[in-house]
Amino acid sequence: MAEALKDRSMVLQKEMIANHFERLAQAPETGEKVVYTFVPGNLTELIRSFGALPVLPEINALQSGMRKLSGEYIAEAERAGHSEDVCTYVKCDIGMMRAGNIGPGGTKLPKPDLLLLSYTGCYTFMKWFELLREEYDCPTVMFHVPYQGDGKLEPEHREYMLRQLREQVIPALEKVTGRKYDEEKLRHHLQLSAMAEDDLVAVLQAGKTVPSPIDGYFGTVYYVGPIFSAFRGTQEGVDYYRALREEVEERSALGLGPITPEGPLEGEKYRLVVEGPPNWTHFRDFWKMFADEKAVVVASTYTKVGGTYDFGFRHDPNDPLGTMADYCSGCYTNLNLPARIDMIVRYIEEYKADGFLINSVKSCNSFSAGQLMILREVEKRTGIPGAFIESDLVDPRYFSAANIKNRLESYFQMIDARRAGRTA
Amino acid sequence: MTRAELVEWARDIYDDLDFTVVRQWLAEHPTRKAAGYLPVYAPRELLHATGFLPVGVHGGGDRLEIIRGDAFYQSYICHLPRSVIELAQSGRLDMLSAVLFPSTCDVIRNLSGMWKLLYPDVYVRYIDVPQVPDPGAAAEFWAGELNHLLDDLAGVSGHRPTDDELRHSIAVYNETREMIRTLYALRRERPWDVPTEELYLLLRAGESIPPETFLARARQYLAAVEADPKRPRDNSRVVIVGAFCEQPPLGLIKSIERAGCYIVDDDFLLGNRFLTHDVPADANPVRALADAFIRNDMASSVLYEIDPMGKRNLMKNRVAAASADGIIFATPSFCDPALLDQPMLRAGAETAGIPCIAFKYAENTGQFQQFREQAGTFADSIKLWGAA
Ligand code: SF4
Ligand code: SF4
Repeated sequence: MAEALKDRSMVLQKEMIANHFERLAQAPETGEKVVYTFVPGNLTELIRSFGALPVLPEINALQSGMRKLSGEYIAEAERAGHSEDVCTYVKCDIGMMRAGNIGPGGTKLPKPDLLLLSYTGCYTFMKWFELLREEYDCPTVMFHVPYQGDGKLEPEHREYMLRQLREQVIPALEKVTGRKYDEEKLRHHLQLSAMAEDDLVAVLQAGKTVPSPIDGYFGTVYYVGPIFSAFRGTQEGVDYYRALREEVEERSALGLGPITPEGPLEGEKYRLVVEGPPNWTHFRDFWKMFADEKAVVVASTYTKVGGTYDFGFRHDPNDPLGTMADYCSGCYTNLNLPARIDMIVRYIEEYKADGFLINSVKSCNSFSAGQLMILREVEKRTGIPGAFIESDLVDPRYFSAANIKNRLESYFQMIDARRAGRTA
Repeated sequence: MTRAELVEWARDIYDDLDFTVVRQWLAEHPTRKAAGYLPVYAPRELLHATGFLPVGVHGGGDRLEIIRGDAFYQSYICHLPRSVIELAQSGRLDMLSAVLFPSTCDVIRNLSGMWKLLYPDVYVRYIDVPQVPDPGAAAEFWAGELNHLLDDLAGVSGHRPTDDELRHSIAVYNETREMIRTLYALRRERPWDVPTEELYLLLRAGESIPPETFLARARQYLAAVEADPKRPRDNSRVVIVGAFCEQPPLGLIKSIERAGCYIVDDDFLLGNRFLTHDVPADANPVRALADAFIRNDMASSVLYEIDPMGKRNLMKNRVAAASADGIIFATPSFCDPALLDQPMLRAGAETAGIPCIAFKYAENTGQFQQFREQAGTFADSIKLWGAA
């Protein structure tokens, strides 16, 4: 039963994504407008309300990583003068573009009609679209989401975002699509977003159950895929999250563990919280290192980069622009370091974790700068020693399987020793 | 003071990682406080008006052994934050009651959060500058940020400045920027008379002393230069690009000069001249500062470039303005803003037929032979091409 249901959400997701990329491939013929934007701070409902289709370059990059294409794309970008020191998502995207812009669906991605630069939680985003703008002859609109430097959304910052939406972003979308801003349509999409978000949160919070029916990191990056990309605010998104929630609740009721690439994981031994993005080039190998040890990630911060819903935020159709500002501001990488630490500590406590791990990726200063401090602070506040491993997002040169495996094995042994010490 | 005396005075300040001049100033002004700012742009006028001594926090260069800083940063993060943390953890920044972290990049941004945790008694503010020159929403936002900062700083220093005091601080910094423009113009015209090593030391000293003192010293330096003219050499004229945040070691600057290059423009310590025009000193002061930022025409890797042709044209324009022969992209390793910009800037330069070389450094780089050779070959090849 559970297997059949699992298939349903996976099938749905596969279909949705395939259809989306098919529509994108057809866009030059159908005339549908295409807006490139980023995952954190994406304004998908707004884009959809104008009948346009979003393209998320980070998703393309990570897919290239999973399909083992990123190494060559990165090499291509580096040959063209891009530094080995900078974010590999950018180089992967640029390499992919130079190689013909064949997207994850195997079809050619259309050129953007608009670059919607939602500057949310990452400095590199600005450079990324400056670089893309060199290649595409299309307008760019910048949406500046102020960073929560003091750990909260300040009212003036919200006002600033509202004005930018009204005065810059909406007019840019109107111009590109030739359509007027339709608030009713936007509300409709926001309503659908909130429905999907409710179900997503139920899925995420299933990680609190012992044993956890989900993997809150490796498994959940698939779960958040639709809502982080093109499907927030769509009926397909709602259907997907409803199906997923049913499956997960079913697994939970039966006391089952998460599904992993090696099949269902039974006999959960370690419950972990993970900070930092995964490595995509060796995603399955990486996951397997955990699954083999019966380690389940019960919650993670990476799965909040495209929106933080589990502390109560939902898109609110009654305040269409305000709610988008609130959403953007709350994306994980837009939170300051103390807030990130609070979140990890809270996860460790609420999800009854017995360990936490930081995967520090070379690419990403937004995530990585300060992670050693996060490690120490979380250790201090929870009394639980953490593990620190290093890899990269989509550059295969920076995934050292043997090192990571060793590090993980010693970490699990350490958790065992602590447990033994407690029971002794 | 002679040129040599002034340079030695500046060098002492530059070398002194205990910030003795700052501590002396605090001892002489027991009711006043000092505030640090990281690169690149921070509104120093507000620090000045609220009674702080503004102090540039530019790391420890090659003069500091990193003992604690490496425990805070992975190897693939630039050097600056680890030396800043080293300075702080060793107590060398304990005289700072406030520290401002501008939105230069995510490393400095995240360092603001680390500071909050490490030094809960210090006032910390992330300075999120507007990214588009929009006189409406962005100007309003920035004025709001400046007012917020002003209120907070006044709370920390205990001095709430009047509008006239704010205008006075604006005027002082207008004068400072004017002085720096004069120094840069003089170096552009007679680089043999204003070696970059000297200019750089003078400006570095300016990051730890009151602007009024800097102005007095800079005037003395200008007079000393006139009194001590040097002979021009057959050097190549280069612009240095990419060194706006983590500062190159002095040895690197010297190596470039000794390799036969006149540095005729650069982006070292860019924050001290980030505003390219005077801020009106007779208007609503906060609004005037905000509008000046929005109207500003400084193009830099740390700000979003709104003009699609902006990156492509920037190097051509800078080289033309400096009558330079070529560009040296000198970039800190792992520096996102500089390194992500470089392909765009370099493509523009090369399209315009401008010779370029690029290398990376860290503030604590100790070996300069390789840079010297590279710069020397570059200078020679420029002369060769120029003569062809
Ligand atoms: S730096 Fe980090 S957040 Fe920014 S684009 Fe790269 S991976 Fe994403
Ligand atoms: S050197 Fe570059 S990456 Fe490092 S802190 Fe400065 S701007 Fe950021």
